[in-house]
Amino acid sequence: MPKKYQTPLLDELEKGPFPSFVTEIKKAAEKSDMAADELGQLEKSYRDRRGYGKHGGIVGVRGYGSGVIGRYSSLPEEFPNVANFHTVRINSTSAFFYTSKFLNEMCDIWDKYGSGLTNMHGSTGDLVLLGTNTENLETIFAEFSSRGWDLGGSGSALRTPSCCVGPARCEWANIDTLAINYAITQEWQDEMHRPAFPYKFKFKTAGCAVDCIASIARADCSIIGTWKGNIAVDQKEVANYEKGGMNIQEEIVNMCPSKCMSYNGKELSIKDADCVRCMHCIAKMTKALKATGEKGATILIGAKAPFVIGATLSWVIVPFIKMEPPYDEFKDLIRKMWEFWDEFGKNRERIGELIIRKGMREFLEYLGLDPVPQHVKEPRRDPFFFWSEADLAK
Amino acid sequence: MALPQRKTDIGPPHYKDFLPPVIQKNYGNWKYHEELSGGLMVHVSNTGEKIWTVRVASPRLLSTVTIRDYAAMADKYCGGYVRFTTRNNVEFLVSDEKNIEPLQKELTSKKYMMGGIGDRISNIVHTQGWVHCHSAASDASGLVKALMDEFADYFTTKTTPAKVRMAVACCVNMCGAVHCSDIAVVAIHRKVPKIDDDKVKNMCEIPSTIAACPTGAISPDPAKKSVKIKEDKCMYCGNCFTVCPPMEIHDPEYDGVAIVVGGKVGNLRSNPKFSKLAIPYIKNNPPRWPEVTKAVKGILDAYIADAKKHERVGEWIERIGWEKFFKVTGLPFTFQHIDDFTIARETFRTAATFKW
Repeated sequence: MPKKYQTPLLDELEKGPFPSFVTEIKKAAEKSDMAADELGQLEKSYRDRRGYGKHGGIVGVRGYGSGVIGRYSSLPEEFPNVANFHTVRINSTSAFFYTSKFLNEMCDIWDKYGSGLTNMHGSTGDLVLLGTNTENLETIFAEFSSRGWDLGGSGSALRTPSCCVGPARCEWANIDTLAINYAITQEWQDEMHRPAFPYKFKFKTAGCAVDCIASIARADCSIIGTWKGNIAVDQKEVANYEKGGMNIQEEIVNMCPSKCMSYNGKELSIKDADCVRCMHCIAKMTKALKATGEKGATILIGAKAPFVIGATLSWVIVPFIKMEPPYDEFKDLIRKMWEFWDEFGKNRERIGELIIRKGMREFLEYLGLDPVPQHVKEPRRDPFFFWSEADLAK
Repeated sequence: MALPQRKTDIGPPHYKDFLPPVIQKNYGNWKYHEELSGGLMVHVSNTGEKIWTVRVASPRLLSTVTIRDYAAMADKYCGGYVRFTTRNNVEFLVSDEKNIEPLQKELTSKKYMMGGIGDRISNIVHTQGWVHCHSAASDASGLVKALMDEFADYFTTKTTPAKVRMAVACCVNMCGAVHCSDIAVVAIHRKVPKIDDDKVKNMCEIPSTIAACPTGAISPDPAKKSVKIKEDKCMYCGNCFTVCPPMEIHDPEYDGVAIVVGGKVGNLRSNPKFSKLAIPYIKNNPPRWPEVTKAVKGILDAYIADAKKHERVGEWIERIGWEKFFKVTGLPFTFQHIDDFTIARETFRTAATFKW
């Protein structure tokens, strides 16, 4: 029987309507010594108002440099069963679809070789198994990989790519996010499992500018579906929205950022040439409006959290690219970007930070891309610009 | 017992093997969807076929016991198919309309919370916190639980002017999307790291420790074979601690959380935005952080009272102006609110237009 800890502080977090993580740890702690000590250590954190997780040595499985993160307790004598509390990242499926069969198998393995605690999912999108010992790692890997599952990324490597639900269950998807996500993941297994980058690199693929996967905020490479044609309008459905209580002038026309719409009480007109494809009208009147014409993606680079220079959102590198199998143009572009990063990037420098340090011009020239107004919010305001010999010769 | 044969670099299994048959049949052919309640929506295909989604909150940190229960319900009502959302909700994918009610009944009887669809507060994305992270300045799961208990009605039934996306990060590393959320909590340190010179000498690589500092506050200390910190330049980010553990940054007395507001990732109506500082510091008060839930509720209430339909928190604030935001929320404006980091001058008011 696992040790039973008194947890008066954590017990307070079992009250209330929202599902409780404390209850989850307690469920696992009925069977697992590791989960029991995790509960005890967490109660101590709540008492002392500080964490007791610790850095430690690198661990992993044979032939891989990523997928497992070594985590340790800084109080191994008090809580010996979490002295090792390693995280195993399992590469999730595109858009997080699962079958009960797999979930049960996953639970069987994890109850046998780990704490019984998981994260569904980690921030990057891995199926995260929380808490195991170094000696179980090879076994866990064999159990998963023999069933067709592999580890995700960690460290200075390609991280597990993720995508929105896309064409699987959404009418707005301009690109096949699940297929793109799968193709990226399969193409660059080596880059994911054997860290060779200056730092981490994340892909996120969103089917449209609603960006349910937060790609523009959280991925070094954001792939956002878009279109070039018109918005098809079903006037009958527009009328139905009005009948249903929608104030089309206020809620749709006035909120259009490009002021490309008008409504005369009967017909909604769109000046498509002025549309910036923000998705507001389509999202609010999904039965009436539909993007048509050529579909593809905008490729943006550089989003990351605050370290070191402050948080960044991804910015446009390729305004429009077709995204159809085998995605050769896209893959070549990414390889070229990684080459630039490999050549000039410093240790622990994200690709976005490197572009800021070296300048967009060097990056675009390296990729062989011409400058376009879509690259910037506005042209520069300062008079300090470079002229190359080639520029002067023009 | 012999281990099964390991395979390497196979990647994840193909997603098609995990899609319900109705999705496989109507992949890329969806026509529209309707929100039927806070926790139920239906997607309708051009062929007329439908799939219903019942969305349920999860605490993200899940035991195998609960995951097995999800699997059992998926077997009973969904042909074994279930998915997770990017905000850690669980979605039961129902192909047969008559299974919806029994599923909802079972979920209710087991006290699962259905909701999160539409203009509501969805689940809060968050980080590891004291569960096992080395650099956490607060706990993430506990803050999320306290906040979501407070706002449970806004997850299940009540609506907000537009969707409200919240996040909690247990340190400024921000493994959650705090930097682009409507309302977010980020845990912060407020004291300069304490350097253990003997350990730094043995454990740390000096150049990478120096390079980790965003403000150039760290320099070599050759006499001690260690580093020193220029205290007035340190912004307590803890990046040095991540690279070099003997630079202890935790301080239970002074650690706590800041609250940021007005960020978004979608492009609808206005461009994606960063979250900006609303409250620079609230003391850690576990297990339920009542001061934090009260502060977030204050901001949320002001937003609900004043925002136009479809306006996200950041769009509402931009319309009324930041001076008005501080006025209607009653939050004090302090020196911490004025940026002095890398983009400071971009944030200064270069116009004579403002409100009183």
